Amino acid sequence: MDVQIALMLAQDGLTNGAIYALLALALVLVFAVTRVIFIPQGEFVAYGALTLAMMQAGTVPATVWLLAGMGATAALIDGGLALRAGQTRRLVGVLGWNLGYPLGLAALLAALPVKDMPLAAQVLLSLAVVVPMGPLMYRLVFQPIAAAPILILLIVSVAVHVAMVGLGLLFFGAEGQRTPAFSDANLELGPLMVSGQTIWVVMSSVVLIVALYQFFERTLYGKALRATAINRAGARLMGISPSLAGKLTFFLAALIGALSGVLIAPITTIYYDTGFLIGLKGFVAAIIGGLASYPLAAVGAVLVGLLESFSSFWASAFKEVIVFTLIIPVLLWRSLTSRHVEEEE
Amino acid sequence: MRTDRLVQGLFVALLLVLPAVLAPFYVTLLNYIGLYALVALGLVLLTGVGGLTSFGQAAFVGLGAYTTAVLSTTPELPGWIAWAGASPWLTLLVGLVFTATVAVVVGSLTLKLSGHFLPLGTIAWGISLYFLFGTLESLGGHTGITGISPITLFGVVLDAGEKIYYLIWAFVMVAVFTTQNLLDSREGRAIRALKGGMVMAEAMGVDTSRSRMIIFVIAALHACASGWLYAHMQRFVNPTPFGLHIGIEYLFMAVIGGAGHVWGALVGAGLITVLKQWLQDILPRLLGSAGNFEAIVFGVMMVLVLQRAREGLWPVLKKLVPVKAPQKTIDPAADTLPRRDLPTAGEVILEARNVTRKFGGLVANNDMNLTVKAGEILALIGPNGAGKSTMFNQLSGVDTPTSGEVLFLGKPVAGRDSREIARMGMSRTFQHVRLLPTMTVLENVAIGAHLRGGKGVFHAAWRQDRAEEARLLKEAARQIERVGLGSHMYEEAGSLALGQQRILEIARALCSDPCLLLLDEPAAGLRLKEKEALGDLLRKLRAEGMAILIVEHDMDFVMGLVDRVVVMEFGQKIAEGLPDEVQRDPAVLEAYLGGV
Repeated sequence: MDVQIALMLAQDGLTNGAIYALLALALVLVFAVTRVIFIPQGEFVAYGALTLAMMQAGTVPATVWLLAGMGATAALIDGGLALRAGQTRRLVGVLGWNLGYPLGLAALLAALPVKDMPLAAQVLLSLAVVVPMGPLMYRLVFQPIAAAPILILLIVSVAVHVAMVGLGLLFFGAEGQRTPAFSDANLELGPLMVSGQTIWVVMSSVVLIVALYQFFERTLYGKALRATAINRAGARLMGISPSLAGKLTFFLAALIGALSGVLIAPITTIYYDTGFLIGLKGFVAAIIGGLASYPLAAVGAVLVGLLESFSSFWASAFKEVIVFTLIIPVLLWRSLTSRHVEEEE
Repeated sequence: MRTDRLVQGLFVALLLVLPAVLAPFYVTLLNYIGLYALVALGLVLLTGVGGLTSFGQAAFVGLGAYTTAVLSTTPELPGWIAWAGASPWLTLLVGLVFTATVAVVVGSLTLKLSGHFLPLGTIAWGISLYFLFGTLESLGGHTGITGISPITLFGVVLDAGEKIYYLIWAFVMVAVFTTQNLLDSREGRAIRALKGGMVMAEAMGVDTSRSRMIIFVIAALHACASGWLYAHMQRFVNPTPFGLHIGIEYLFMAVIGGAGHVWGALVGAGLITVLKQWLQDILPRLLGSAGNFEAIVFGVMMVLVLQRAREGLWPVLKKLVPVKAPQKTIDPAADTLPRRDLPTAGEVILEARNVTRKFGGLVANNDMNLTVKAGEILALIGPNGAGKSTMFNQLSGVDTPTSGEVLFLGKPVAGRDSREIARMGMSRTFQHVRLLPTMTVLENVAIGAHLRGGKGVFHAAWRQDRAEEARLLKEAARQIERVGLGSHMYEEAGSLALGQQRILEIARALCSDPCLLLLDEPAAGLRLKEKEALGDLLRKLRAEGMAILIVEHDMDFVMGLVDRVVVMEFGQKIAEGLPDEVQRDPAVLEAYLGGV
């Protein structure tokens, strides 16, 4: 291996690492606030990328029907509650958000010449379809069992993942998709050719991470989420609604997932089930951070990205094995440093 | 005849007859159900009972299948392992040993961590192993290994579905009954305490890490046996059935069937297998394209089951069959457990020397000294926030003093874990009651006697522990009668009133045959009569030579009962002496009443 190849591999690793870092942040966030180990994170990556690909192919993305279905179910449950309580205004809100929004969006997608619109508009529309599934998922799946033990939440999370992969196959088919790059520019840095998409990915990750940091440090809702993560009961007593915190967290997680998908779709071919492996690598990073530390998780993500790109050069057949075996020394280290018998929640 | 035995007998009889009356297709389906049930049964033990979980069971199935496939098809095995190629039964042995080794390694990495690291670790390891099966040339890559020989049993070659059927279901039934036996034993109670009772179990001398490892290895061995059977039934293996999505399906089977119930594994395996068969048939036609769309149905079904009926289907089905497990019987003829020699009255049992505990700048205990002697009751009292609970934690070894030391029978307590301290003869109750609400009072109390038995998993699984079990139960029953809960012996512990639960904790502590009893607010929540009974019991124990330390708020209860009192305020001892003296002590009056 010469320097040029090494630099190229490092570039690849950093690009993927930036994505894993985003996913790891979302995973840590979701776990801290809701105690859900968010296995379907990867499906949002695939859904985001493939929804965009469907729009570019000129079809109304099937994901919008899933959104409508989830919305209808939520409208049925929440609308029924509002009706029984006699809250007409709430009923209007519930119906508007859960039924009006998905149907309006579907009508918009059918009416607009989405295929010929600029990429930025297509990306925004994809996010508009996929991201609201996050809070809806929380409402339908996790809110009714918010107090369940972590283990139950994890099993449910895996069940959601399984269902979403099946739906992904139904919506997108078994074919892989690749979307056009955000920019065709190439940057020459000494011996190294840096592609425009790489710069897009890394810059977007950095911007998103900084924005999240600002959100958590400076806004009331950010602080409410932090408070919930530290002490759920205490936050609740201070008037922070746990279901609002949950929906907001899932919104952020879905946003991060879908955006990651849109960003890497020009670099890697995305299949309906690709998201899971990508999400799991975010997990390895999050586990390096003990599912608690954001900076450690980000460092872990870059490490995973680099390990992956270099092992694909030396032993490409064993790439996945090497990456997933990485968590063994991490777990070992964590295991050796903790020796307390504690009760599970 | 016991009705439960009758129903189980009918079930076995039905299994025996089925192949004769069913078409080959259905026999094959039953074979798969049996293979899956074997794996799901391991998960019942691991997840439903033990509160741990694994998504990687399919990888263990793969280990079993590939071990036997490689060993029985490689023409020239290296010398050291060549003996195993002779018979599938030998490769089963090799597979089990190999799987147990892998499980111990994986387990020791993750089992000490909080519960969710194990499933995450098993996801990662499930994926790694799947890719490894697919990439290693020696394992045939994605095409797999063909030409595996059938199993021969008593000269019969099991080369057809309806022949291997009996072997598969024999394995399943053995697994069902050994698991049932195991759960109804000393080790089984320790395993059942893992979910929600680990701190208590450790204080009763249970090595919870060991118990977790035991169920993880047992679950892996069940999976390995299933893989071995699968390889010799199919006569070829490839990586597909050992991937992560199948591992997830195994967990679905256990959860949907009823993860806490042995028979739930069979129900879940049967339901998922039949449903999968049906959905694979109908869904592609309905949706107009091919693919494993049954995953959507399974995923949604799991979410609904866990939202609506977390215990799974078995408890619902069980109501349809009016079978009641018989009440445990106490054998009055069983030997009485040997007791430890109690120290002579007046001998110092527990001694705190200059114990100081600081939390940052806060001094919770400052230079505390106290002694507890055999045959005396010492009360530790003080207003709220005086540092009593911190002191209790130092004395019981839960926490370590910043300086100073605690000696129990002359040996330092610091640095020992709670089960070691329990073994030395210190037993305790908890301020916030810790018991297993769905187990009977008898079983809860019997956990206290854990260290007084020694029969392990194998003895329990094959019912070789009954003499010892009878002794343990007799002891537990004796302590229950002694504390006055005799009429509640077979009720669920969670159904008792709080005061009775505290008494149950005392019985459990007594069951460990201690020489020192630490009681944290035992009279809280008791009615007057119950308090009087408790006082009588403690007096009786004192007369036998037991040393007792009580942390208590109820002054009436304390003053009429104890021999000496230590009063704490602001982390310090402000008075010590006979109850009467202490009550007149000006410092004590000021602490309680704020100056006179």
